[in-house]
Amino acid sequence: MAAVQTRSERALNRIAIAAVLVITLIFLAPIYWITATAFKPRNLATTIPPTVLFEPEISPFVKLFTKRSQLREAPAPEEYAAAPWWERMVFDGGEKIVRSGRGEVQPSGYPNRFMNSLIVAITSTVLAVGMGTFTAYGFSRFRVKGEADLLFFILSTRMLPPVVVAIPMFLMYRVVGLNDTHWGLIILYTAFNLSFSVWLMKGFIDEIPKEYEEAALVDGYTRMQAFFKIVIPEAATGIAATAVFCFITAWNEYAFALIMTNRRAQTAPPFIPSQVGSGLPDWTVIAAGTFLFLLPVAIFTFLLRNHLLRGMSFGAIRK
Amino acid sequence: MATAVMTSLDTKSRSASRGMSDIRIRNLFIIPTILFLIVFNIFPLIYSLGYSFTDFRASSNAPANFVGLQNYRALLNDPFIWLNFAITAKYVIISVTGQVIVGFGTAMLLNRDIPLKGLLTTLLLLPMMLSMAVVGLFWKLLYDPSFGIINYTFGLGSFEWLSNPDMALYAVAITDIWMWSPFVMLLSLAGLSAVPKHLYEAAAIDRAGPFYTFFRITLPLVAPILMIAIIFRTMEAFKTFDLAYILTSQPTTEVISIRLYKMAFQEWQTGRSCALAYIVLIMVLAITNIYVKYLNKVKER
Repeated sequence: MAAVQTRSERALNRIAIAAVLVITLIFLAPIYWITATAFKPRNLATTIPPTVLFEPEISPFVKLFTKRSQLREAPAPEEYAAAPWWERMVFDGGEKIVRSGRGEVQPSGYPNRFMNSLIVAITSTVLAVGMGTFTAYGFSRFRVKGEADLLFFILSTRMLPPVVVAIPMFLMYRVVGLNDTHWGLIILYTAFNLSFSVWLMKGFIDEIPKEYEEAALVDGYTRMQAFFKIVIPEAATGIAATAVFCFITAWNEYAFALIMTNRRAQTAPPFIPSQVGSGLPDWTVIAAGTFLFLLPVAIFTFLLRNHLLRGMSFGAIRK
Repeated sequence: MATAVMTSLDTKSRSASRGMSDIRIRNLFIIPTILFLIVFNIFPLIYSLGYSFTDFRASSNAPANFVGLQNYRALLNDPFIWLNFAITAKYVIISVTGQVIVGFGTAMLLNRDIPLKGLLTTLLLLPMMLSMAVVGLFWKLLYDPSFGIINYTFGLGSFEWLSNPDMALYAVAITDIWMWSPFVMLLSLAGLSAVPKHLYEAAAIDRAGPFYTFFRITLPLVAPILMIAIIFRTMEAFKTFDLAYILTSQPTTEVISIRLYKMAFQEWQTGRSCALAYIVLIMVLAITNIYVKYLNKVKER
């Protein structure tokens, strides 16, 4: 902007600032509403007018992790008094925590699904970024015949609609027994993220001057040593950014998980919607599950903020 | 295919005499990935191409019978499939147009001296990073006719969004616009910040009006990058499954991916769904081709 601003320009700027603030508030409102609902008692989650001010409580999280049943009658006073504080919260909500014969608290389906999400997302990220870095280096530093075609082939595998790929994969997995297993999903997500990882990592490695490795080769390094001791450390930021992108994609994925898993290996994205079945869902518990599930991605988004542009455009646009 | 490509030799390499030769390293680095993608992406597609010519049903033990092109013929003559494509097209148009207006508009606003610009931009980008399925589910509560905050905030009474067949597709598109306008905004911002400042200064000296400046300077220079955003979002909206599947079960929101999912995994018409998958695949590849051509064009600049 020019150093001298006219009065109308300054007024225009003020309007723009106000508009940006309003837009930001609108965009964040649903996320705020999820967070707020996750800390509400159940009776305040669905009120008219909506409850904005309330005393936050963590009962939705207690309910999220435990298996509960409806209370038919109020608990006996001694039972209530003997219960720990978190169990009383559930009593207060008209439910009770299901315990096994030996008195152990029974978990809900959520912790298990959350763990599955972690296992599948982390393993597939390590595989996709590992293989992707090697391949990107190969494309970046060596002459490969038909490079453009191969890169297009790699990219196009990512563009296929998940349901289209899922039909034959489901049939093949049925033959080899990979349906509803962690490895079944890990392989799918690795294949899905690999193309992305190659494209993004190629951009990062292209930016590392070739002279670094050539100097090392002159000094007596082998190509392998030069790759591990010079290229990998130089590309560390790029590797981290690529890993976070792959993790988020695998973490968020829904269609494959819905089709390929149902109990043992089910991840959180198909599980959370399955809780909204018939009847009145407890939105506070759903919000609590959603909140915990979104939290890692929100943190990663802040860590990634300088690489978002590159990641979202497959490394095509750099800044 | 993979090995044929790898035969050109790079004999002049300095390190060829020590350790592994460059050719071996290159092949070691590239071939596993190509093979992995062939086994897990291309092979399944060949497998399903085979099934698309049969009457196979994965739910029964009956062997698959070869039926030739009958599946394709039946699908292309099925008015309901065309209806699904029409719904998809409508969805793509509403949702991509909305994203371009909101995203590009916000980018224009942000492309000024705004305090805390970095923080605001990051906050605005948050929706697109979240899981469509999980966040989409929560929009069910936001759209609820009796206690949703959308109706309350905009004073719409007990307006039906998701259970109204005429409104449901718009409701899904609105959620999609909320999620993906940030993407258009991100790319537009990159395009806008790359416009040389001296062009604006020259326009100011020539006393060019704001409309002239926008249509003759800003838009032409941002157009290529905006086009990338539009093609990319078109491709994604065409494939959409999660949001529409989770938010509603109206026939008016049955986009092609949902039809395909139902045909394959609820009706178990495996052979026919493979044929439909191929029809969809060809359409997606066509759009992808345009996208990649455009990417390369922009990259060259």
